[in-house]
Amino acid sequence: MRRDRAPGDSAAQEPAPDAVPAVDSRLLVREEGIRGYLGEFRRKLRSGELGSLPVVVAVIIIWTVFGSLDSTFLSAQNLSDLSQQIVGTGMIAVGIVFVLLLGEIDLSVGSVSGLCAAIFAVLNVLNGMNQWLALLVALVGGAAVGLIQGFFFAKVGVPAFVVTLAGNLAWNGLMLQVLGTSGTVNIPSESIVSKLYSTIFHSPAAAYVTAAVGVGLFLAASLLDARRRRTARVPYRPVAEIVLRTVVIAAIAFVTAYILNQYQGLPLALLIFLIVLVILDFVLRRTTYGRRIFAVGGNIEGARRAGISVPFVRMSVFSICGFMAAVGGIFLAGQIQSASQTSGGGNLLMNVIAAAVIGGTSLFGGRGSVWSALLGALVIGSIQSGMNIMGVSNAVQFMITGSVLLAAVVVDSLSRRSQKAAGRA
Amino acid sequence: MPEPAVLTLRGISKRFGAVQALKDFDLEVHAGEVVALVGDNGAGKSTAVKSIAGVNPPDEGVIEWEGRAVSINRPHDAQNLGIATVYQDLALCDNLDVVGNLFLGRELRRLGVLDEVRMEQRSRELLNTLSIRIPSVRIPVASLSGGQRQTVAIARSLIGDPKVVILDEPTAALGVEQTAEVLDLVERLREHGLGTILISHNMVDVMAVADRIAVMRLGRNNGFFDKRSTTTEEIISAITGATDSAVTRRQARKREEER
Ligand SMILES: Nc1ncnc2c1ncn2[C@@H]1O[C@H](COP(=O)(O)OP(=O)(O)O)[C@@H](O)[C@H]1O
Ligand SMILES: [Mg+2]
Repeated sequence: MRRDRAPGDSAAQEPAPDAVPAVDSRLLVREEGIRGYLGEFRRKLRSGELGSLPVVVAVIIIWTVFGSLDSTFLSAQNLSDLSQQIVGTGMIAVGIVFVLLLGEIDLSVGSVSGLCAAIFAVLNVLNGMNQWLALLVALVGGAAVGLIQGFFFAKVGVPAFVVTLAGNLAWNGLMLQVLGTSGTVNIPSESIVSKLYSTIFHSPAAAYVTAAVGVGLFLAASLLDARRRRTARVPYRPVAEIVLRTVVIAAIAFVTAYILNQYQGLPLALLIFLIVLVILDFVLRRTTYGRRIFAVGGNIEGARRAGISVPFVRMSVFSICGFMAAVGGIFLAGQIQSASQTSGGGNLLMNVIAAAVIGGTSLFGGRGSVWSALLGALVIGSIQSGMNIMGVSNAVQFMITGSVLLAAVVVDSLSRRSQKAAGRA
Repeated sequence: MPEPAVLTLRGISKRFGAVQALKDFDLEVHAGEVVALVGDNGAGKSTAVKSIAGVNPPDEGVIEWEGRAVSINRPHDAQNLGIATVYQDLALCDNLDVVGNLFLGRELRRLGVLDEVRMEQRSRELLNTLSIRIPSVRIPVASLSGGQRQTVAIARSLIGDPKVVILDEPTAALGVEQTAEVLDLVERLREHGLGTILISHNMVDVMAVADRIAVMRLGRNNGFFDKRSTTTEEIISAITGATDSAVTRRQARKREEER
């Protein structure tokens, strides 16, 4: 969001002398440079617009703690493994982000992910169907499951959490049915699903080129946007600020690439995850469809009066969530190279919801971003990885993950409260 | 008025079950004119507005647009003609910024992608021409005051270049300062040649900005008053029915005859 002044572009700021200025200069006009950033930062903190700040702090704390307890935690190998391990959870969490933006919840994603993995395994491994076709069927299956649940929510009017709670059980039952007597289907390591997870580009160039392309695209897009804004005489980001942001992003990208290269290189799963995030972020923030999702999450009646088809938005979002659950389920199956009766069970559901919320997407609808899925999955994954290294028991891990989710929800609720107090919710 | 009315209602009736919410209701709105629609609670003001806006099409009667009979059956029909309505609950999306709200449902696109730059540019132009004071067009509307939210809602109704704007109780929930802001805006709508129907309970507001005042009572017209030649007392007595207007007298007589 741009709140900055356009320096050297007085026309955008000051209307013709005889007109009353539309922009009240007392408010929200940021000072330039570092001081402006700090001022805006303090204002946001006060009014409770925390965004991804708590989660970034959480990652730093978690990494510092585990890193000081056991040096293997921050090793290139462990961090590389982590970057692969978070993909399954992260993909499902992306779907949860979409649903949360509507102010709804989907409690069935764990079961749906297991079901779709089972569909692939049974079609491809047991029945010899072409693996690409089996993959397609599994993914379309996930989207269809989401659409069915969306229908009962949007058209029939059953509360989403009830529909998806019922779905959680029903789809789990269907998965057991699909697996049948076999119980567990092993997925061979040369299968596409295993390869999606385990492929690593060993050449160091892969990671660096990816980082360079990402940073380059960001810089180009920012500069082009600033130029269009300047010609249109609306506030734009000064070049210095764009450079600063690019430098920060470049630092993160190239350090990540360096660490990955210290071990085996860029994992394909991470690359796919990042591409999915970029695409869906674009859909949410730059397309009419994304705008409609935010509108429905903000004010259903307002969206309806603006001519938005609320049922369509709801059904499609649940379908996207089902699809992303299938994608995540495929990566999780590739990770353990099997689909079994426990697929999609355990604390997976808890983890994906926790990831979305911890990442900064609000439970109350209308606020959030797909990048929360990455950040949240990183927090959850780091905690689990660290505790595994330390040999902490499952019992304690569950309690800690539960507490982290509670903490995230508390932060969300408190920030909403102070936003209300500051008139921003 | 030399020119013909933009919008004319003739003999509009609307019944909800046992309630005759509107009966033989007439109204005219000219370009560059503010018509206040006043009346007690339940007089039928909102019903009249909804029949113009296509939310509740009338059972009987004629709606003329620029002298030509039209049928308005859906909100879309009204919008296409050039009738914009701002309802009492503004229905803004608090999480979206001002630009997002102004263009909600009719976003400008460029190569299939939201054209934020052009939308922001047009938002600023629009807010500037209406002298609407908003801290920034890029803040969520949740952080605006009640009056600012009302002005954003009104500005939003103007995005489609309407000729008639209907405001249902725009100042009901506002303080003094904010009410003044909204009334200023209503005057600017008139300066821009728009016909405005202003529903209000507040006689001070009505006398401040209206050119003509249409009083409703029990679903019927109870007199039209020219602001320059009437007093608040006269209008209040028409609202409460203390003095029957010629119209109601005639209607009462007709009813007698029907029996
Ligand atoms: N949808 C509806 N169904 C039944 N009765 C209605 C409906 N809308 C309005 N009415 C009735 O019509 C009458 C006029 O209402 P309304 O137009 O809302 O009055 P006002 O806006 O002047 O206060 C009231 O008696 C109200 O109860
Ligand atoms: Mg009313």
